[in-house]
Amino acid sequence: MTVRSLAQYHQFPYNNNKNKGSIMKATSTRVIASAVAALALVAASCGGSDDTADAPATDAPAATIAAADEPAAEPAAEPAEPMRIGLVAPSAVNDVAWTQAMFDSLNRVGQGRDIEIAVTDGTFVVEDAAAAIRGYAEDGFDLVIAHGTQYGGPLQEIATDFPDVSFMIGTSSDFFGIDNIFAYSVEAGEAGYVNGVVAAQLTESNNIGVVGPVPAGDAKLYIDGFVAGVAAQNPDVKVNVNYIDSFSDVLLASEAAKALVGAGADVLTGSAQMVVGAIGVAVEEGVPWLGSQSNQTGLGEEVVVGSFVYHWEQLLNDVLDKIQAGTLGGEALSISVADGGLELEFNGAFPLDAAIKASTEATVAGIGDGTIKVPASE
Amino acid sequence: MGDFFSVSVLVATLASGIRLATPFLLAGLGETIGQRSGVLNLGVEGVMLLGAFSAYYVTLETGSAVYGIIGAIVVGLLMGLAYAFITLMMHAEQGISGIGVYLFGLGFTDLLFQKNVGTPKPIRGLGEVSIPLLSDIPKIGEIFFQHSLPVYFAFALVPLVWFMINKTTFGLNIRAVGETPEAADTLGVSVNMTRLATMLIGSTMASLAGAALALEVGIFQQNLTSGQGFIAIALVYFGAWRSYGVMFGALLFGIVQATVLQLKTLGIVEGANSSLMAMAPAVLTIVVLVIVSRRVAAPGALTRPFNRSA
Repeated sequence: MTVRSLAQYHQFPYNNNKNKGSIMKATSTRVIASAVAALALVAASCGGSDDTADAPATDAPAATIAAADEPAAEPAAEPAEPMRIGLVAPSAVNDVAWTQAMFDSLNRVGQGRDIEIAVTDGTFVVEDAAAAIRGYAEDGFDLVIAHGTQYGGPLQEIATDFPDVSFMIGTSSDFFGIDNIFAYSVEAGEAGYVNGVVAAQLTESNNIGVVGPVPAGDAKLYIDGFVAGVAAQNPDVKVNVNYIDSFSDVLLASEAAKALVGAGADVLTGSAQMVVGAIGVAVEEGVPWLGSQSNQTGLGEEVVVGSFVYHWEQLLNDVLDKIQAGTLGGEALSISVADGGLELEFNGAFPLDAAIKASTEATVAGIGDGTIKVPASE
Repeated sequence: MGDFFSVSVLVATLASGIRLATPFLLAGLGETIGQRSGVLNLGVEGVMLLGAFSAYYVTLETGSAVYGIIGAIVVGLLMGLAYAFITLMMHAEQGISGIGVYLFGLGFTDLLFQKNVGTPKPIRGLGEVSIPLLSDIPKIGEIFFQHSLPVYFAFALVPLVWFMINKTTFGLNIRAVGETPEAADTLGVSVNMTRLATMLIGSTMASLAGAALALEVGIFQQNLTSGQGFIAIALVYFGAWRSYGVMFGALLFGIVQATVLQLKTLGIVEGANSSLMAMAPAVLTIVVLVIVSRRVAAPGALTRPFNRSA
């Protein structure tokens, strides 16, 4: 897929040039050079699965993606044009986390309204993503979703170049004061809080371990919320937080979890992609694990209590309504436990006490009606 | 600091440090053999990723970690052949082509993972093997003799590699080819065949380092090795191209990492200090490198392609 998105990248300057034909020959060596560079970058950006490949120029495969998973809207009978949405994301659409959550949500939105989805995934090279975002905008898409905070820089320029196209950037609470950008974010602290309430009731040693990447962003919100939730439920429980300073070092995450268990923890949680290593330790040690960001049950049937998953549908529908009403951005939106955008999916195989389950529901309801206030992160 | 110096914490820290050191050590020993023969392979990280993925995928499909390890050995040999073709036959610049191997490994493993697995599924690794009698010794047993097989294998290789390099004819050839290939050539030592052999061995060990990692954590995902291959290369310089030196470096690195983890777990360091602590292993490596580089010279022909007519 990245192959195409890169080809696209190199093709842009020529597309934009009015004398396209005349410069073509002169630049053929440069084209070859960029093809070689593209090959190298393909390796570097190590894109996602082949089934998600689609340049905005070819919409046909894009439509099949949506259709492949769950058939979206039937071939439109009504004459109205479907809304066209382009998604640009740093990891693969089947990453069981960040990108998949958005892709699945888009498909669910597609069941309810007439939309057409195109995806460029695996673009962790920002320039690469910027090219894809610009490509969708040039192609006249109605909405382009830049699904990564790191895309904020180039997006500001692109959005001002295409005032008629609506853009989304997340997670971010900053739309840069540009009125065709929607910023979207997750109230991860609320998810952490609910998980903290559960964890505090599961622990017998009154000691809980947390594995985090770096103390920043969603991970910090989640972990701060978790610590607050534990404290609210049972102030005697000690929470040890271990930020390992890496998003990718699975072995280090695994050793951190071992250290936490060694220090007495009998319940574990964590945030970011390297926690798969910590979940492995939870399975080995038979210690309950509270999941976040995606459904992590598959990584440890016997220990995963439940996982918070992101449901973007409502927020997406909101945005689409706004676009149809003529508002293209200039707003920061978020999903939360309160509005159902963050949902705790229990693992049916984990024997969770009914009383604990009930307390979770009460906590969710409490956050929803405002009787429980999740303290803001410092 | 009282908490940290309790016996059980120290024991756990040392055992953890040994586990963390294992991938560095395996990859570092392989790179040492290659560099002694004058070949720099910066692609260790990429080969580790390929080894990790093949071990993971074969284990996932067959249910046997033994087949997984065999898969990693085959992949390691193939990558060794490929790198030998690039550098020995094509005389490509070693630094750049190594980076190419790294990028290939990073991209290709992710592509294969997305296509064939997609959603991370855990595998059963090798599990711990307690050495009879020795593992019963209090403390010592827990630190040294309750690990998975790759850990024992990596440390057992240290004296073997030393013996091979210093006490065998093959080792003499390696050193000759690495110092003055022209002289070795006039004496009838095939420079390229010797280098091919060291590259096959080195690449296989890098691949096994990746396999050890994947089997230890029981999972694969994008960029699983997260830079460990590059640290292994640094440790070869750190260890002054000696197998015991590399082992010392890997242990130092692993134990410092484990110590930082324990200090954070026990809440002894927090916040900004924890990020400073995380730099400790890297800073330590640089400091020792500066000291070592004054003392020992690199193999004379390191990175220099051999060309008989030249």
